[in-house]
Amino acid sequence: MAKKVALLQGNDACAQGAVYAGCKFFGGYPITPSTEVAEVLSGELPKVGGKFIQMEDEIAAIASVIGASLAGSKALTASSGPGISLKQELIGYACIAEVPIVIVNVMRGGPSTGMPTGPGQSDVMQAKWGTHGDHAVIAVAPASCQEIFEETVRAFNLAEKYRMPVQILYDEIVGHMREPVTFPEPGELEVIDRTAPTVGPEDYKPFDPSQGQVPPLAAYGSGYKFHVTGLNKAPDGFPTTKAELVDAEERRQIAKVMDNVADIEKNEEYLTDDAEVIIWAFGSTSRSARYAVNELRKEGIKAGLFRPITLWPFPEKRTAELAQQAKAIVVPELNLGQMIYEVDRVAKGACAVAGVNRVDGEPINPGQIMDRVKEVL
Amino acid sequence: MAYDYEKSIRPGKLPHIWCPGCGHGIIMKGLIRAMDTCELDRTQTAIVSGIGCASRLPGYLDACTLHTAHGRAAAFATGVKMARPDMNVIVVGGDGDGTAIGGNHFIHACRRNIDLTYIVMNNHIYGMTGGQFSPTTPTGAMASTTPYGNPDPTFDISKLAIGAGATFVARTTAYHATQIDKLIAEGIRHKGMAVIEIIDDCPTTYGRRNKFRSVVDMMKRLKDNAVPVAAASKMSPEQLEGKILTGVLFKEERPEYTATYAEVIKKAQGA
Repeated sequence: MAKKVALLQGNDACAQGAVYAGCKFFGGYPITPSTEVAEVLSGELPKVGGKFIQMEDEIAAIASVIGASLAGSKALTASSGPGISLKQELIGYACIAEVPIVIVNVMRGGPSTGMPTGPGQSDVMQAKWGTHGDHAVIAVAPASCQEIFEETVRAFNLAEKYRMPVQILYDEIVGHMREPVTFPEPGELEVIDRTAPTVGPEDYKPFDPSQGQVPPLAAYGSGYKFHVTGLNKAPDGFPTTKAELVDAEERRQIAKVMDNVADIEKNEEYLTDDAEVIIWAFGSTSRSARYAVNELRKEGIKAGLFRPITLWPFPEKRTAELAQQAKAIVVPELNLGQMIYEVDRVAKGACAVAGVNRVDGEPINPGQIMDRVKEVL
Repeated sequence: MAYDYEKSIRPGKLPHIWCPGCGHGIIMKGLIRAMDTCELDRTQTAIVSGIGCASRLPGYLDACTLHTAHGRAAAFATGVKMARPDMNVIVVGGDGDGTAIGGNHFIHACRRNIDLTYIVMNNHIYGMTGGQFSPTTPTGAMASTTPYGNPDPTFDISKLAIGAGATFVARTTAYHATQIDKLIAEGIRHKGMAVIEIIDDCPTTYGRRNKFRSVVDMMKRLKDNAVPVAAASKMSPEQLEGKILTGVLFKEERPEYTATYAEVIKKAQGA
């Protein structure tokens, strides 16, 4: 039987990907340009026995998502700039309490209310550093409607596997663009569920490092009684101020991501083998970048595209290698320079690093990228 | 025979953080008795709180406990209850946590009439941070941030809950220990949003700034000012000035939110 193909908006593809991944709870609040994720899931989730709730505000939305996840449901929220800012405290809660949740950020311009209907890529550093305190971050940045579907499934997998919040960052252009999306068959894409405890309720400690770098998470109501708090806690889940316990827990929570970068990282490269100039681009901007690479090649300039699909953790190793190989890396992004700082940090002066930036609500076009490449070469 | 509280308390978690004279411990014992009365299976019971002295309660009790962020308990609890409508979900917290920073979540949980049992320990002050005024600090009272007396008007939490749509609202005080568990048990059995407001006191940060000479004086005030609703109906507004109305203040039957959502699922599945 032929696979189901549908013309979907990016936000719709995200909602469909969530259902495929086994999402059973969505808590949200209306905000442009992410609202369609909520609208679609309000119809789709009850069909599969899932729950949709429109909460009273953005903070309540993520709070309900954390609560539902602790009660055993794969859970999602979606928002944009101002709403994502409001959610920051509880993103940190999900980090320290190690609760698997997925947060979609359909990026628009900013700061503040900014340009709700215009695209932006200016929340990428917020995704990394937005909530207070030290914490590891996983964020993915799909660039097409098909990829939004697939990366939503992967985001759920990473959240469940590493027991933490995972952010999906795509901009308004990809969120509202319509493309054909091929629905994978059930089983075609891997779907990962969180590890349940192997010990009995009497011996269960929700943060026990002897059970692995990512300790198993029991669900409320499954026979396990345990405590969850946003305070620094001991392996048994109860608050502690003991220096050695606090230190060990914080370091484990970061190491569980940084020790597994190879599993989490995902990049795409196009014509980079012999490239003298690398265009380092993500999301909608990478689509202009790919076009620019082709045009530059026609003009005899050996250009290549590096496209991070996992934005955080930052693809340090491959970016550093490309900096050694190329004469220049050009970083187009719909902000006034954010990821370029990371590229520059790992390039360590091995090649020129130059940005192409826009914050006027318009996409970066291939011509701008080509012009910048010619300037730096 | 003495009541066996110990089977409900997590080994090694006492002593609690509450000061001598604080009413929170009395309320915790009342909650334990109420859970026993209702024969709640603690593996099927979530106790959710925000931040503050009252919100430390869940850590002491052997159940599925969730100590969330400041003000957000009702929203977390809503997620737990939606995911597992069969579980008992109890929320505990203070007046500042529940009606200032968490006020929006509180009123919307009431509006939805979701089946939560929400216990507000109203001691009229932010105790944990050292005695700043809260939405229920009496006008004119002294707090660490009202050195000239509190200029703010107050919330009546029970009236707020009734106005917002809670379908079971009751009030008592930390002095009326036996009424605490009866009202909480009735709240647990009620299908819908049940708010039990329990007036207690913070001798450490409220009492000493407001000329209460002892904890006994504060307890005596709760005893002397409490008026059962039946008696209140025979009193004039002047006579009721400054009194604490106790008992079941409001009760009605209205569709409960997760039950309504179960109907949504049936509709979506074409049943």
